[in-house]
Amino acid sequence: MEGLYAFCVGLLTACGIFLALRGRSFSVVIGLTLLSYAVNLFLFASGRLKLNAAAVLGQSEQYSDPLPQALVLTAIVIGFAMTAFVVILAMRARADLGNDHVDGTLPSLPNDTQQKTGGNQ
Amino acid sequence: MQHLSIFPVLIPLLFGAIMLLPPISRNINYQRIASVIGTLFMLMSTATLLYKVNAEGVQLYALGGWQAPFGIALVADRVSSLMVLLTSFMSFAIMLYAVSGQDKGGAYFHPLFMFQIMGINGAFLTGDIFNLFVFFEVLLIASYALLIHAGGKQKTQATLHYVILNLVGSSFFLFGLGILYGTLGTLNMADMAIKVGQLQGETATLAKTGALLLLVVFGLKAAMLPMHFWLPKTYASASAPVAALFAIMTKVGIYSIFRVYTVIFGEHAGELANIATPWLWPLALLTITIGSIGVFASPGIKTLSANLVIVSSGSLLACAAINSEEATSAALYYMVHSTLASAALFLLADVMSRQRGKAEDRFVRSRPFAQPRLLGFAFAILALSLVGMPPLSGFVGKIMILQATQSSAQTMWVWPLILLGSLAALIIFSRAGTTLFWRHNGSVTAEAEPAKKLEIAGIALLILASPLLVLFGGDVSEYTQLAASYLHDIQASAYGLLPGVAQ
Repeated sequence: MEGLYAFCVGLLTACGIFLALRGRSFSVVIGLTLLSYAVNLFLFASGRLKLNAAAVLGQSEQYSDPLPQALVLTAIVIGFAMTAFVVILAMRARADLGNDHVDGTLPSLPNDTQQKTGGNQ
Repeated sequence: MQHLSIFPVLIPLLFGAIMLLPPISRNINYQRIASVIGTLFMLMSTATLLYKVNAEGVQLYALGGWQAPFGIALVADRVSSLMVLLTSFMSFAIMLYAVSGQDKGGAYFHPLFMFQIMGINGAFLTGDIFNLFVFFEVLLIASYALLIHAGGKQKTQATLHYVILNLVGSSFFLFGLGILYGTLGTLNMADMAIKVGQLQGETATLAKTGALLLLVVFGLKAAMLPMHFWLPKTYASASAPVAALFAIMTKVGIYSIFRVYTVIFGEHAGELANIATPWLWPLALLTITIGSIGVFASPGIKTLSANLVIVSSGSLLACAAINSEEATSAALYYMVHSTLASAALFLLADVMSRQRGKAEDRFVRSRPFAQPRLLGFAFAILALSLVGMPPLSGFVGKIMILQATQSSAQTMWVWPLILLGSLAALIIFSRAGTTLFWRHNGSVTAEAEPAKKLEIAGIALLILASPLLVLFGGDVSEYTQLAASYLHDIQASAYGLLPGVAQ
């Protein structure tokens, strides 16, 4: 179980970082979202993975650590608010700057003589 | 007053929330009055807190009555109460400046300003590392909205970079926290400091990964070298009161570095003792270098002050790298000085650029100022203070840092860099001063608005702090010395905060 879990978190993180490094604000936002999913799963695992263990004492034979669950809840709320903000900001930037590149201007490609201006495409 | 330690968090929260409610939210004049009263209250409560901490020692405040390490504790010690007093004083002065017209650029300036102060104060006061993350997010989300205040293409672009960078930073922060909680089993900083010494082998390596991830995050906030590229553009494009308030934001990062890498991963951390030092050394020195180059290349005052913030961050990081009581004490003094001086420079740059028409704050020949004498004096005093010339506080701060270097290798690296950085600042300030004040043509522009009385009062408060810091230099440095020895003494800063845990 641990191996599968770790693989999933790692895959999510890798995809998140790859997308966050791209140039368009949409893929960056998706990347940040994936990264925050990975973080939430990771935080959850910091209390160790256990089966048949309730977070309340006396409910089951062994008990699990309730603190990571509280941390994950906090992280989810904050991550959700931040994602909502960055989506609105990306839309505002698309309107203000005329394209959706994170730098505000599209880089000119080596084989591309016609500079694209975003908005007209 | 047992609840005094939470006032710096509660007051801005309360005032910010009240300002969002109908009778006040519709009228900007009510909001201004409420903001000034709020920051004044905060100034009084933090001054009382500092006095009390100085007289009676550390104030522990267990939120909800849950004792540490199980509950979240606010720790008002000498370091954090100095920082919250600095924040409140600065925000009071900035608020005086903002209420005379700079707050009209967008809605909700005042509530957001209050929420940001709440986040900053909370980050300084908290004794729990996850709570530190939460307060970081509070101050960040307020800063995102404040940064875009008054709108414009440049601001949108700078904000997009700033927000994305900090969101990635927050994710890394949580990764680091997860690793540390998984290995140490606690989030209370004092408890972590005690438990980290027992780690061995693989667990220690894992905890080291987490600790260094946190260094990346704090370095991003503090504008440490590879993570400083966002700063000049962000600070230069923000509106004046926001940029001035941001002067303390890099200090939140520096403060966290001192707190985490002196108390938790300090000398008593067993296998993980002083893990940040080998990284901090080169990065701090390179930060000073790159900041000084940026100072040289600045085209206008706003960019110049942003680059000076990077230089001061580098100097403070060098103090963290030296890792001794003297260096920490010097850093605390220099932190107070550089925060106030750079905030004043951001405000002054705004007044200047409003009087110069299209040239704004760039170093080009343009129309003369409407108030050349007033602005000239303010600029000269600030320049002297930021360059580090006697008799102002920059001089004392830099001397303290230089004196704190211990071995000859440290001296060989730190002295030339800090002195050359000062030389760079001296050259650029002389160039800026002559261009701005002496090389002008035409007459005063028709739209030039002279600085209002409250604006002058706000800037004067910030500037006057510099001679006062020298005048009461003995008391201040004695205080910072005590604060530094508290931070370096694990008995006081870790065991003292956890009743019932003995060494």
